[in-house]
Parts: sequence; C-alpha cells; structure tokens
Amino acid sequence: MSPLVSFRNISYRVGGKDILRDFSLDIDAGETIVLLGRSGSGKTTALKMVNRLLRPSTGAVLVEGTTTTNWDPILLRRRIGYVIQEGGLFPHFTVEANVGLVPRLEARPPQEIHARVHALLEQVGLPPAQFAARYPRELSGGQRQRVGVARALAADPPLLLFDEPFGALDPVTRVELQRQFLELRRRLGKTAIFVTHDVREALLVATRIALLHNGRLAVLATPSEFLKAQGEEARAFLSCLDLTVTPP
Amino acid sequence: MTLDLARDIVDLTVEHLVLVGVSMAIAIAVAIPAGILLTRRAPLQRWVIGFANIMQTVPSLALFGFLIPLPFIGGIGKHTAIVALVLYALLPVLRNTLTGILGVDPAVRESAIAMGMTGRQLLFDVELPLAARTILAGVRVATVTTIGTATIAAAIGGGGLGVFIFRGLASVDSMLILAGAVPAALIALLADGGLGWVEKKFSPA
Repeated sequence: MSPLVSFRNISYRVGGKDILRDFSLDIDAGETIVLLGRSGSGKTTALKMVNRLLRPSTGAVLVEGTTTTNWDPILLRRRIGYVIQEGGLFPHFTVEANVGLVPRLEARPPQEIHARVHALLEQVGLPPAQFAARYPRELSGGQRQRVGVARALAADPPLLLFDEPFGALDPVTRVELQRQFLELRRRLGKTAIFVTHDVREALLVATRIALLHNGRLAVLATPSEFLKAQGEEARAFLSCLDLTVTPP
Repeated sequence: MTLDLARDIVDLTVEHLVLVGVSMAIAIAVAIPAGILLTRRAPLQRWVIGFANIMQTVPSLALFGFLIPLPFIGGIGKHTAIVALVLYALLPVLRNTLTGILGVDPAVRESAIAMGMTGRQLLFDVELPLAARTILAGVRVATVTTIGTATIAAAIGGGGLGVFIFRGLASVDSMLILAGAVPAALIALLADGGLGWVEKKFSPA
C-alpha cells in the first residue's frame, strides 16, 4: 500500500535560511505521526506543506500519491482537517456555523449539516443544546479547542493535521483533551500528523515520533524505541521527563 | 420673510443632503473596492494611501478653486463640488478598509484558507464581516466631515446650506450665517449618531 502522505527530499529556504533540509518521511493510513522539535526546528513548516499552505523549495510532498502542486488546493484542503492552537475559530460565527463550515462550503443539504454538527459536538463532549448557539468568545480555551477538533472532523476527512493544538491550554485541560484525542482516534481510525514541542504529549499520542532538529530528521521511532534513542537531541528531549520537583 | 426663510432652509438642506449623499455613495463605491484591492497588492499601498493623504491636506477652499479650470470634472456647479467632496471622503474609507482587513487575526485567515475557502469566500465570509465595524467607522468619519465641507460647495455654485453662510458673510448678517450653520451641524450630529448606532450593531470580533 502506498503511503497516504509522503515527504520526498523536502527543503525549504526563506530569506537565505534553511528551515527544512532534505526531509523525507512516509506516513501510512491510520498512523499518528508526531513531528517533535524545538521552536524553529521546521516541524510546523513541514506540516503546512501537506495542505499546501506552504510549498517546498525543492522536493515534493505527495498526498494520496499526487504531488500537492498537482492537486487543486481547494479540493486538497477540504480533504484534510486542520486544527491549530486556540482553534483558529471564526469569531463572528456561532459554534454551529464554525463546525459546519466545510460541509457548507461543499453545499451539503442543511438538515444533513445540522445533524452532523450536533453529532460531532456530542462526540467532543460539548452538548449541542448548550453550546451550538454560542460564539467562540463565550467559550473557555479548552472548549474552543474541542470546537476546533469538531470542525476539522466535519467533512469526515481521511487526514487530520494538528499544529500544537493543546499548547495554550492549562495542564489539566491539556490532559483531558489528549485523552479525548486518543479516544477519537480509536473510534475513527483517522490518520493524523501532530506537531508538538512537548515530549510527553508526543509519547502519549504518537504511533511514531519524528524528531526534527535544525530542519533535519534526527530520529524516527516508535514511542518505546524513542525512549531508548541515543542521539543528542533525543536525549535533550528525554531529559525533560526526568525533572523531579523537590519542595524547598 | 420668515416663511421664505423657512422654505429656503428646507430647500437648501435637501440640496445639501443630495450633495453629501451623492459624494458619499461615490466615495464608498470607489474606496471600499480599492481598499480591498490594496490588501492584495502590498507594494501599491504606500502610493495610494499617500495620494489620499495629500488630497486630505489640501485646504478645501483651495481644492474647490483648483478644480474650476479643469475640463470635464471642473467648472462651476454641483458636479465640481461633488468631485472635491469625493476626494476628501476617499481617505478615511480607504484607510479603514485597509486596516480593517489587514487587522483580521492571521490565525483566522489561515484557518479559512486551510478549510478550503476560495479567495472570494475568504473575502466575503471572513474578512469583510470582521472588518465591517472598522470600515463603517471610516464611513462615519467621512460622512460627518463631508457634511461640514459641503458648506464650501456654495463658493463654486454647488448650492447647499453654504449658500446661507456665504450670503451671511457678505452681508454681515449673523442670522443668515446661523441659518446655514445650525442645520448643517444638526445633520452632522444626526449622521454621526445614526451611523454610530449601525456600527454598534456589528458585534466586535
């Protein structure tokens, strides 16, 4: 079976700076690949190439076997769910309108959209009777993020992209949403590419972890292999797990 | 006499409103599309905003004077006055359209693109609704300014409430000046309040 997403010798240069260098990675259907790395490691850049928000300087990104530059970008993006920090919700749309956006763009029948939106809100733990008519500003950060996830799932895309989705949340809410992510994955079996700088989050949600360092792929491993990885950057990330807090 | 004056006030007020209405309609029809276009053409922004800024700094009486000798758009009368009023009204609307759209949260814009919105959908479903309040604020400022500036139109035969003011100045008759100035001020206040109310109807982003 050919990979769902394939990065082939990607490089990305902007303003004389190499953000990504010779980056290659194949992602199979059903996987959750975590792109892990420090700020500026190129992980978000790689992610944005999948739905063609960015184009590689050299190399190619293939989605379902077709180079992104040969895809109609509108069609490509509607087949890919996208979740960013704080959800990136439309402030002038209600929760219902936010979640129903892509089906609406696809001109689905209104009753179908309504049913779909309500089912999704239920799935992400936001009772529609209580939340459908609210505006994003009337929600907490965690609730906004849940709406963002529901919106990404609305058109039932085979592939989901997550760009540090839980980065701005308090630790308790973050853990709740990570659990929900795992449960949704178990239930829906979607393929996901997940960007984070949090090694715990990576170990929790990933089927494979791709560690990026200065625009290069440093380690590609399953979470259990990753725990034993020897590279310097991998050790740097793993050392974050050793922190023990000693009360004064 | 008083009955004549009252009738003159009504006539000139109507004339004044027509001057302002036509000028604002043209200014809005030009400045909003131009502002939208400029958000897509960053290098042009300096030049166009620069031109609109210069227009704003020309003293209004001088601008009306400059326009008189020009062919087609110039001469004596209403159309010349309207050209001048449009030139003044352009900047606030143009600038607010630009800042309103450029002020849309980049994360929201990126989401819209990533959801697979076309350029047109991005503009009409996201950017314009979110910029509406700012754009309306520009329209409000331009309208209030135009109501005041339109009194000078009388200097080049454009009519309106300025007729009273110039006549009053010439004959040193304060009552006549007030007959022009008070209705103009009232119209400005009403327009400001009305447009302010419409502005508030648009929920803040």
